[in-house]
Amino acid sequence: MPLVLNEEQNMLKDAAKDFCRNNMPITQLRKLRDENSEAGFDRETWSQMVELGWAGITIPEDFGGLGFGYTGMGVVMEECGRTLACSPLLATAALGAGCILHGGNDDQKNELLPRVAGGELLLALALEETPHHSPYGAATVAERSGDAYNVTGSKKFVLDGHIANKIIVVARSSGEAGDREGLTLVMVDSDADGVDITRTIMADSRNAANIEFSKVQGELLGEEGKGADVLDQVLDIGRILLSSEMLGGLQECFERTIEYLKVREQFGVPIGSFQALKHRAAQMFCEVELSKSVVLEALSALDESADDIAELSSLAKARLNDTYNLVSSEGVQMHGGIGMTDEYEIGFFMKRSRVCEHTLGSSAFHRDRYGVLQGY
Amino acid sequence: MSDMESFRNETRSWLEANCPASMRLPEKEEDMIGGGTKQVFTNPDAKVWLEHMADKGWTAPAWPKEYGGGGLSQEEHGILQDEMMRIGARAPINGMGFSMIGPTLLDYGSEEQKKAHLPKIASGKIRWCQGYSEPAAGSDLASLQTRCEDRGDFFQINGQKIWTSGAQYADWIFTLVRTDPKASKHDGISFVLIDMNQPGVTVKPIRLISGNSPFCETFFDSARCEKNNLVGQLNRGWTVGKRLLQHERSSISGLAGGGRRGRYEALGRLPEIAKQYVGEADGRIAAPALREAVLINQMNQRAFGLTQRRSMEESHSGGTPTFATSMFKYFGSELGKERLELQLEAMGTQSLGWDKQSFDDLESSLTRTWLRSKAGTIAGGSSEIQLNIIAKRVLGLPD
Repeated sequence: MPLVLNEEQNMLKDAAKDFCRNNMPITQLRKLRDENSEAGFDRETWSQMVELGWAGITIPEDFGGLGFGYTGMGVVMEECGRTLACSPLLATAALGAGCILHGGNDDQKNELLPRVAGGELLLALALEETPHHSPYGAATVAERSGDAYNVTGSKKFVLDGHIANKIIVVARSSGEAGDREGLTLVMVDSDADGVDITRTIMADSRNAANIEFSKVQGELLGEEGKGADVLDQVLDIGRILLSSEMLGGLQECFERTIEYLKVREQFGVPIGSFQALKHRAAQMFCEVELSKSVVLEALSALDESADDIAELSSLAKARLNDTYNLVSSEGVQMHGGIGMTDEYEIGFFMKRSRVCEHTLGSSAFHRDRYGVLQGY
Repeated sequence: MSDMESFRNETRSWLEANCPASMRLPEKEEDMIGGGTKQVFTNPDAKVWLEHMADKGWTAPAWPKEYGGGGLSQEEHGILQDEMMRIGARAPINGMGFSMIGPTLLDYGSEEQKKAHLPKIASGKIRWCQGYSEPAAGSDLASLQTRCEDRGDFFQINGQKIWTSGAQYADWIFTLVRTDPKASKHDGISFVLIDMNQPGVTVKPIRLISGNSPFCETFFDSARCEKNNLVGQLNRGWTVGKRLLQHERSSISGLAGGGRRGRYEALGRLPEIAKQYVGEADGRIAAPALREAVLINQMNQRAFGLTQRRSMEESHSGGTPTFATSMFKYFGSELGKERLELQLEAMGTQSLGWDKQSFDDLESSLTRTWLRSKAGTIAGGSSEIQLNIIAKRVLGLPD
């Protein structure tokens, strides 16, 4: 699997870099936060992203997308990560569209995917019920009623749950919380009867939601009781694309910190001349380089439907969690007092890193998973 | 069939026909062949294997044929490595001739020097060692004091080198010497090749913490060096010496093998060993803290291997690699050291035996390999030196 970008991917990356710098710099995130934006992202910028085709990068051309592949989406996510850009890309284009693409029937794909690619349909995946990522942890019940399913239960940390038009609920038609068997994906309208959404603003100024479902009627996505087959694939896509975003964020944070070490003077010299800081900076450099490699390999694996996607997704997410955590913590420390101020942007990376860390699996979760997949 | 496919098929059948069965068994450190006039072949198959491979040019597969190499492209070289791995074939020969001085002569040697030295390395006839460190010049290598004086038609060498690995088995030594004591320290150094088979060169092995003596002191007492054995220009040896260090660091980090061969492979798979010695619970290594540490090490190892591959793909596709050899040397040697510490932790007292009778082969060789591994983060520029280089050369941090 290639570990270098091809020419088209490089061009897309350059275009994404320009777009993010000009249209969604960190000042936009600050503005959204300070103005308590209703959506948590800028709708006009989202329309421009849709124009560029980003909402449908991974959606096949038959369903109105670009069919440009996961590496393509990865480089866009990476550039979005550099400017901490807020958008529905992860919740809608990665997770939501992934559920429809891998679980939906032909009618559902034909009807919904073009609307996702066109930017008019926003999606959310309602998975978690506890403070820790648990793919099979759903206790939420799905009961069959004629052709439809009724969903009852409580979900937490639903990314973009406050603005999605449709919510894909990971529910259970048999078994108990923790069982892989018996999961059923049910898609409901967010304005259906029995849906109660509470917006939760997170430390990184982005949005998730706690959602109560009481006998909410929705349609089946995939097969009853076999939801985990779809979910496993979609979660790995989400983890790898989120890792791409994290890769962008940590590189930006690292580069800003190195720059600061060169210009900040104490004791009459730049603080970057002190060996205590040099060695830590060099160690971070190694971690950053290793992070780039695992993300590229995981993206290629998705594009080639390789048989080690699950392993690589856990390899990538665990490493990116740890490296983003390290680089953003060191970023604040090496900036000293000014790193503690809200006015300075370096702290934004630290806040984003921790939310990413707990999205779709912590390092402990992914190391355990990697070990199990490898037979130890 | 593509050219590469037919190359793979030919290579496969050639190896099948020419690699003796005993050369496909796992190799212990004491079995490794270094070549040279002092090489003793305890297993005659090792000699046969070396001769077959040398005839083919595959002891140095990527070197040009005219210098005794195989003239293989990067892709062909990769195929040869894959096919050797497939049948578990041992490297027919190892050593500094292949990993350090050979590649350096290809970069900086004169035509005459390449013709004189490379074929003898490739055939395994001459073995080399490294004269770099001195008692007072370790991390501060450029402060070296071994003198090299112009005596008209030859150079005369006086001084002492230390940590000269394998000097007791070597025939020639590539050496950094001071040719201009008045110049600033980097500017008065030259890179010379010295025949060790002369009265002015004395070698004294040093017993190490592992109980073995892979390192030596090497003394020069009015030793003679022919003038045509000066590599590069007089007083410009630091440039040549630094290039050689890059080759050395690549070799220590396992980069030269294309990331194909895992470090310390002969010691088994770490996760399996952990399961064997501490037991398993629910398919997992039974000790959770050890399991977590093993996972971190193995996942870092995989990410490191991918990064080695990425670096090769980047240079192959014409791009400039964005990272230094120093990164691979630092990270690879630290990973290897950590892996051995984890194996000790997993095997407990069974990993700490000294006498060979009461412990099995793996156990007694582990003790010594563990001690030896401590050199990985010291030799070829310590980890701290590598971090200095990354900070300065890659990140551009000020002095």
